[in-house]
Amino acid sequence: MIGRLLLRDCMLLMPGGRRGGALLPLLFFLAVAMIYPFAVGPDAPLLARTGGGVIWVAALLAAILPLDRLVAPDLQEGVFDQLAVRGVAEELAIAVRMLAHWLSFAPLLLIATLPAAALLGLEQETLRTVLLGLLAGTPGLAAIGVLIAALTASLRSGAALAGLLLIPLSVPILIFGAGALARPDGGGLAFAAAISLLLVAVTPFAAGAAIRAAREG
Amino acid sequence: MQAMLAARDLACRRGERLLFRGLSLSLSPGEACHVAGPNGIGKTSLIRILAGLLRPFHGSVECRASLALLDERHALDPQVPLERALAFWSELDRSGAALMAAHRERLGLAELADVPVRYLSTGQRKRAALARLLGQRAPVWLLDEPLNGLDTAGTELVETLIGEHRAAGGTCVVASHQPIRLAGATRVEIADFAA
Repeated sequence: MIGRLLLRDCMLLMPGGRRGGALLPLLFFLAVAMIYPFAVGPDAPLLARTGGGVIWVAALLAAILPLDRLVAPDLQEGVFDQLAVRGVAEELAIAVRMLAHWLSFAPLLLIATLPAAALLGLEQETLRTVLLGLLAGTPGLAAIGVLIAALTASLRSGAALAGLLLIPLSVPILIFGAGALARPDGGGLAFAAAISLLLVAVTPFAAGAAIRAAREG
Repeated sequence: MQAMLAARDLACRRGERLLFRGLSLSLSPGEACHVAGPNGIGKTSLIRILAGLLRPFHGSVECRASLALLDERHALDPQVPLERALAFWSELDRSGAALMAAHRERLGLAELADVPVRYLSTGQRKRAALARLLGQRAPVWLLDEPLNGLDTAGTELVETLIGEHRAAGGTCVVASHQPIRLAGATRVEIADFAA
């Protein structure tokens, strides 16, 4: 059953998927990396020094784009109700959704980091830290995304609010994930991974409660 | 006979308004209940309370069998072809593809298997939701306005399906403001329980 849920969620969210446009965040991410050198000028040392941070910010912004189609359509269509009637807990449905969301953006984002790093002229070492940081941080970003999508799904201006909410909540991941670029001793990465782990553990319960609360509303 | 679905002394509050109170019902296998009343009186709320999706303000619901719910929201992915949208649910319900094809045929959807759900008409969507309902094979049916959007033939089909379901030992609660022919069904006027 979990497999069937995951298959449906992936079909909906993946690039070329039914809910469409999962490639868009990726192109957005690359566009930011491409436009940054134009904005600061062709100063190679500056680009190499700040490029890692730019990639992080771009990844964060790219994670905002798909939020409005993560939970809201299913809530409106009554999918969660039908699952609940069949005894599938909201928590399980959300955990599966979280995994599907991560699968739909993180692996591609990691791959897209390679051309982005080339555009910004990043060192090998910096690129490695950025990739490890994103690997540690993206599960947390996916969790925050699903959590916020669930919380704002029943609101009228939910999509705009979701973007605003994601920024402050993702600051801890950003601080430790991008902070690892300044102090490459692994401590920052470990913290980013720990935060991710915590968020992944908490999100199904919080988002499940949000969906149940939306029914009462 | 033991009741499959029993509700005791239900009260429902939406916002500041108490919609109804003191509502009890009990359904044994083969029985059906028609919940009637004008719009906004609490029919949908009652169905959702019985389905366990809404907490009653007071009272309790006991259900001894698995539930199936049919309401205004069909839970079929709009972009997906009808066959695949239904297949998702029939796989969750572990009813085979052949059985679902038979249900589709019965509900006059045989030709529409490859059509994305968003191109279907209101009535066709309702028929698709009915196919999912049949595929679930749950003994307790909770139907919220099952006749909305259906033509005369569709209405008769729903009445027949409910009849067959009851003959097979199932029970059914139908909330509808429209007249529906249910032989020997108890009728609950929510207005009688208005607070």
